[in-house]
Formats: sequence, structure tokens, C-alpha cells
Amino acid sequence: MCRLALKTASEAFSPYEVLQGMEAMQEGYDGSGLGLLLRGLHFEDFKYDSKYPILSGIAHTEESWHRLNSFMEKRGFELKYDHEFETNSALIEATDRYRYFLRAYKMPASLVAKSKDEIETELMLTRLALRKDGEEHGNDLTAFSFWPDVATIKEVGWPLEIGDALSLSDNRIKSRVCMAQGRQNTNYGINLYACHPFFIQGIATMTNGENTAFVPIRDWLLGKHFPGYTGYQSDSETFTHILHYTLKQLKLPLQAYKHIITPLRGEELANHPQGEFLTGLRDSCRRLIIDGPNAVIGTLPDETCMLVMDQKKLRPATVGGRPGAWAIASEMCGVDAMIPDRDPSLDFQPMREHTIIVPPERKELTIWSQHDPYPLGQAA
Amino acid sequence: MVSARSVSVGPGSLSYTDLPWIIQHREDRCTLCGHCTAVCPKEAIYLAYRRQRMPKLDVLKKKRGNEYRTFVGIRQKTNMANACIGCSMCSMVCPNEAIMPVPNTNENRTLFFNNRKGEPMKRGGRRNEVGPTLLDRIMFNRISMLTDPALDAGRHEFNVTTTLGRTLDPAEFLKRTREGGWIPPTREIFPFVIGSMSFGALSPNMWLGLLQGVAYCNEVLGIPVVMCTGEGGCPPWVLKSPYLKYIVLQIASGYFGWDEIIRAIPDMQCDPAAIEIKYGQGAKPGDGGLLMWFKVSKLIARLRGVPEGVDLPSPPVHQTLYSIEESVMKMMQTLSTAFGHKVPIYPKISASTSAKSVLNNLVRNPYAGGLLIDGIDGGTGAAYNVSMDATGHPIASNVRECYLDLVAQGKQNEIPIFAAGGIGKNGNVTQNGLALIMLGASGVHIGKYIMQSVAGCLGNEKNRCNVCNVGICPKGITSQNPKLYRRLDPDVVAERVAEVFMSIRTEMKKVMAPLGRSQSLPVGMSDALGIGDKDAADRLNIKYVC
Repeated sequence: MCRLALKTASEAFSPYEVLQGMEAMQEGYDGSGLGLLLRGLHFEDFKYDSKYPILSGIAHTEESWHRLNSFMEKRGFELKYDHEFETNSALIEATDRYRYFLRAYKMPASLVAKSKDEIETELMLTRLALRKDGEEHGNDLTAFSFWPDVATIKEVGWPLEIGDALSLSDNRIKSRVCMAQGRQNTNYGINLYACHPFFIQGIATMTNGENTAFVPIRDWLLGKHFPGYTGYQSDSETFTHILHYTLKQLKLPLQAYKHIITPLRGEELANHPQGEFLTGLRDSCRRLIIDGPNAVIGTLPDETCMLVMDQKKLRPATVGGRPGAWAIASEMCGVDAMIPDRDPSLDFQPMREHTIIVPPERKELTIWSQHDPYPLGQAA
Repeated sequence: MVSARSVSVGPGSLSYTDLPWIIQHREDRCTLCGHCTAVCPKEAIYLAYRRQRMPKLDVLKKKRGNEYRTFVGIRQKTNMANACIGCSMCSMVCPNEAIMPVPNTNENRTLFFNNRKGEPMKRGGRRNEVGPTLLDRIMFNRISMLTDPALDAGRHEFNVTTTLGRTLDPAEFLKRTREGGWIPPTREIFPFVIGSMSFGALSPNMWLGLLQGVAYCNEVLGIPVVMCTGEGGCPPWVLKSPYLKYIVLQIASGYFGWDEIIRAIPDMQCDPAAIEIKYGQGAKPGDGGLLMWFKVSKLIARLRGVPEGVDLPSPPVHQTLYSIEESVMKMMQTLSTAFGHKVPIYPKISASTSAKSVLNNLVRNPYAGGLLIDGIDGGTGAAYNVSMDATGHPIASNVRECYLDLVAQGKQNEIPIFAAGGIGKNGNVTQNGLALIMLGASGVHIGKYIMQSVAGCLGNEKNRCNVCNVGICPKGITSQNPKLYRRLDPDVVAERVAEVFMSIRTEMKKVMAPLGRSQSLPVGMSDALGIGDKDAADRLNIKYVC
């Protein structure tokens, strides 16, 4: 079972802090991978404009590095910043790492003129094209995300060692939101794309536990024939895509996510003020019901952070913090490690009906219950 | 040696060892009570008086003579009409264990003579094929182990229901919600449905017992079981009762019973669970119902709107049916309209290599609420032997193919596929049903298993009994003869229905828990399936395990 840690704070902080938080939970992962996703970026050596999409990934060979450059140029993206990691390759298990890249691009004018949806589609297709290009060349290029104000780092190994290998403690990169996963390899071979957090069009989630309903959910998502619904090296990628489907395709409010992945029971729906709508939603999204046990931790483009559990609630994820800084972790000790100066008695462990939201203002937690009235107006 | 003419042996004469079942009778235990001969549905045995000559030779008196002993005993008839069917009713009623039928291990020569008067053999039952079915051989092997331990089947909360009826794509659902459009009706039901068995095929006591049991499952046990009427309608008191919501009304090519149903619509207290349009069935593809005159009692005649005691063979196809498109247009839309678009309408077809075409047609029909595919192992009350044994398509690969076709289109949640045909044939009802569900079915229909488990139907795959077609069911399950059906106590049937469904529910949890599934029925969870047969694994797109 993987270990998850998320920290969100008004003041940007180093991702290394979160890796140290991960150390507290180290019994739960086996060094098969680390994933980091940062939002609200701050670079020491570059005044970053958060409109610039950042391409994150790994070039495994020099040849793929050149291919990447020419591909981006052809597509009209102008390189504005190239973050060079101080890399200590001795600490990295893998040997085929030519370059880790985090590169900010300026979008071509023709793209900027387009609608928001078209821009988002183009960014996603660019990432997918790079991924495909890598796959066609013996996996020599790995692209994790290409999105404004989002950076992703994934590597095989122990989280803290990877942090040291990439010198993440040097404060050259900071962010207001940092998601981290220490991977416990379960179903699939160690694959960089199998490391959480998973990302699609601004939406990211990470999960612990097994997704026992993986195959039916994956089959249904693949049937949507949406270009971004691909990959599935990890069964947990479906959670990200369901959230994307809920918010971006169905354009439903965030509350709907929990109603889709863990609908209320029939008798509970019968007593719910919007029971009829929610029953219909359950039926039409039935193949997206998850079966856990999972804690799903997610972040959205506006830096909203969220936590939900599966219906059985067999995972003890905890949220805690203080105004201005909050942490969500799969284990209570992770929250302790990330925000020690809080009142632990106010920590909260969500039950099966809860959605925990840390809004971008980070003043206090919002706790939604599925039994609360559902904002039907927004559905319409 | 004598001339043939002096012995009564003809081409069709049979001896005991030619029959499929031989009656073993122990004269030393027989009390001559007559119970066995009275109960035998085939009149296969009779009480016989015999005389035995006992030669007597008195040597001293140089006198020869005979003495005669008379005795009585039970004898078996060897003509085809009265051949023993092995039902064992005789041994069940015998107070002294003096009689029982035993299967004949010699060849069964009745097979050569079961077409007298030019009429091929007809029977009830299922395809006579013994041994484990393909479904029996499927294993559930994706067990949650160390990383995420299996669930507790006894303590966790499980949701094992399924949707009957068309479900909209989420985007379309939201659009119609916004615009106040029609949302197709659905029902949340238990995935094991009591399959269509008509009120003419089943006895009134059997039908009543089933309905009582189904109502108990719904109202007391919280198991939302539904049952299907089959062709031939439904008693008017049921149509106007609150129990109608547990009933799927079937309309088939004879339209029997639909006068009563249509007339009852204004008086219905609730909507039926669904309407099933039967285009075909697995046991006898291309045949309609074959209710023969001896089962058309006064009650059945009234329900079906026909004279008493006439043959009621339904046509093979609906008279309105020119093509599936037309049928879809006419029947589904008409029936949906008749019930105010508040009742799911779905067709039932024989499993067939053309099932995918039907399915794809339904996908584009807004009124289609699902598809029921009935495989070759399905049972029936009456069919030609050759139809039952050799015509049709096995259910597993047919359902799998159809499901994968829907998956490719992303429509697997919109049109539920229900599967039928041989589920529980060897008693493994939950295992068979869940295997089909994980192959892609949203639920299964069970008929013969229900008859066997709740009413003690004696039919088996060795052609035991299987006389449902002639109305002489020894247990009173498929007879319209009051003398026979009074043997069946509806209360006991109802009790057994409740027991059977409670047990299926528990077994479902016992399968789902180790797979880590509890929150939704594992429809299409093919990664959990394995089979020790490479060809079958390849065909079904599941794992080969050994």
C-alpha cells in the first residue's frame, strides 16, 4: 500500500519538507517509486509567469532530448525557462536518465488566441504526443505533465534519496502545493508512468490501496474515446480520470465526484432532498463506482486540495493544519511530520460520506457530506 | 424354436433392458398397498396376478401332475407410451422400500421408437448433456491478499443489486435533467431473476408459491427479486395487486394473455417491473410456446382468451415482425407507450451468432431497456427433442462477445445484457451466475434451477422425468390437473424461494469478498476470472490458469 502526503500553504515551501514527511510513513512503501506534483510554483532563478505551461518529464537519451526540443519548436512553443537540476546520479537506481526536465514555455500566439477548451486540448495533446514519441522509441522519453503552474517529478527509488539526488533541498524550487506518493509496487511492473500523482488537464490525484473495480472502470473510460483517457499503468489512474470526467466533461460541481465514485445506498438516496437526481446520476455513472479500499487525495488548478475515502473506509487518511498551512496524509504521523505546529485535536479523519476540501484561501477546512443538499442548480 | 407368429413380438416390441429405466420390485417387501401404481404419472407399472406352474411327480404312484401357485406383484409396461421415466414417485410413496426405478446401463432402444405416428419426440427439460458445464469450470482467482486484504463477507455491507432498464450516458442524462426530457425507467433488482415460465406451463400452485416467495424476498428480506411470467399472461387479481411490481410481463408471438393485461391497465395499482418481448428462447430457437390441449384447463383458457382443451402452439415469430428494426419500432415503442413510458421494455432472444446485430440495433433504439440472451442449455416446458439437444448457441461466449462489443462503443452501462440458459444446471447457481456477470452480463435468469430447488422438479440431464409437456408432472409443478398440482403446497414453495435467494445472496458475498468487491456488482470484472482450458480462455478473453 502506498503512502501519500500533501501539503498546501500560503507561503511557498520546498518539496523536500514533504519528502521528510514521507519518511515518517516509510514502513508503507518499498522504494519502488516516488511521485511529486507541485503547484503554485516559485523558482529561485526565474520570475515565473504562471500562464506559461511547464513541461515535466525525463529524457532518457541525448537523442530523445533533441527530438523533444525540435518537437516543441515545431509546435510553436517558445522556451522561457529550463530548470537544471543539480543531479547526483549515484543516488538514482536507474542508469538511463539523460536529463530530468522542468521547462516553462510560452504558448504560440495562434494558440493563445483560441478558446480555453482548445488551449487545454492542445496542451494535453502535446503531452500525449511526446509520450507516444517516447514509447515509439523504446521508452526513451517520458512526459508527465504539460500545464501552467504544474511541475511533476517521478522516479524509481526511495523518496528522500530521490530528493537528494535532484537536490530538492536547495530551495531553488518551491511551491504552495506539493503532493507526494511513496509507492508500494502492487499490480504492475515498476514503471515511471505508474507513479502517482496522475495528471490530466490541470487535475491531479493520488491514491493508496488497490482499485478492485479497475478493469470495468478502465473499460468504460476507454469507451469514451477521449484522448487523455489512456495509460492505466496503474489502477489508480482511473480515479484521476473520473475526477476529470466529472469536472471537465460533465461540468458538474466538485461535490458530484463523491456521489459518482461512492453513491449513497438506495434507502439513503430515497431520503435525500435531491435523491431522484442523485439516483439517476448513480445509474448513469454506475461503472465508475470504486470499490476501494482507497483514500483519494487530489488538487485542482485553483490550488483547491481534496480528500475522499472509499465507501468501506478502510484507510485512515487524516487532514490537519492551521490557517495558512494544511496537510493531508495517508497516515496521521505524516500530518504530524509536515505541520507539527498545529492543534492535533482538530485533525479530521473523513468518514465514507465526506469530502474534505482545503480551499485556495487555506483559512479553514470545508467538510461536505453526501447527505447534505446537493447543489442541483449548478448541475443544470 | 417356434414360428415368429406364435409369439407376440413385433418390430417395436421392447423388453425391460431396452428401456431407459427399469423398475426393481421386491415382492418379499411389497404390501400390495397400491400406492405406487396410483401415483405413477406414466402408468408404467401395474399390479399383476401371476400363476406359476409347479410340476409334481409322484414316483411311487407313477403319477405326473402339476400344482399351481398364484401370486401378485408389480410389473412394468414395456410399450413406449408407458415407459418408465425414472421419476421415482413410486419409491417415494412406497411404505416398505419395495420399489424403485434404476437407470438401465444397457443401450436405450426407445430412442429408435420415440417417433411413433410420425411425430418426433417432444419433451420438457433441458439439453441432455451431463458433466460440468463451461460455467462450472470458471474460477474466481483475483484474490485480494496482502496489500489489501479480502473483505469480510459476513460483516461488511454489500451492494449486490443491478439495473434493469436503459441507462443514459451521463452527459445525456444531465442534458435531459436540465431540459426536463424523458429519463428512461429503470429498476434496481436482484441480479438473479426467476426466468419466464408461463402460467400455462406452471401449475397454479407453483405460480402462487413463486409469487408469495418473491413478495416475501422483497418485503421482508429486502432482496429485490423479480419474476417473469412467460407467455400467457397473469391472473387478473395479480395484475391489479401491489405485487405486480415484482413481475416482468412477457409478450410473445401468440400474444396470449394480453387481452387481460391491456384491460387491467386502468386498474393497476403499480407498474410491472418490466415487459419482456420474447423473440426466441435458448432451448428451442425458432419455436414459439407449445402448450398442448391437455394443459389448457378452464382457468388457462380464460386467461389466454381461447377455448378450453385446444392446442396452443405459438407462432415462431411475431406476426408483425418483418425485421428487427420494424419490430423495435412497433412493439417496443407501443408497449412503452401503453405503460406511459414508465416501464422498461426489453427483448429476449435465443443466443445466436447474430446476437450482436440485434444488440447493436437496440443500442440505437431509445425504448430498448436491455437484452436478454438465452443459451442452448436453457430449459423449457415443451420442445422437440432435436431443438433442445442440438439447436442453439452456448451462452458464455455469446454474452462475452456482446459485452465486448458494447465496451468498444462505450455503451456497456446503457444497455444491460441479461444471460440465461443452464445457470445452476449442476447446482452451482451463484458461481454460474457470477461468472456470467463478470463476463459482462448485468444479471441472469434462472428457470429450471428454481423449479428444481424450490419445488423439487425431478428432471435431470439424463432425461429423467422431463414430461412437463404432457401435463403429468408427478410433483404438480407443471400440470394443470388438480389431482397432480394439489401435491404441491404453495406455502412450502414460497418458503423455499426465500431460502434459495437468501442463500444466493450469501454466496454472492462469499465470492465478492475475496475479490475485494462489495460496492457494486462486478459486471465485466473479467480480470477476476480464470479457466483451465486455453481455448475457452482465449475465446472469452480471460486468463488461462493451471
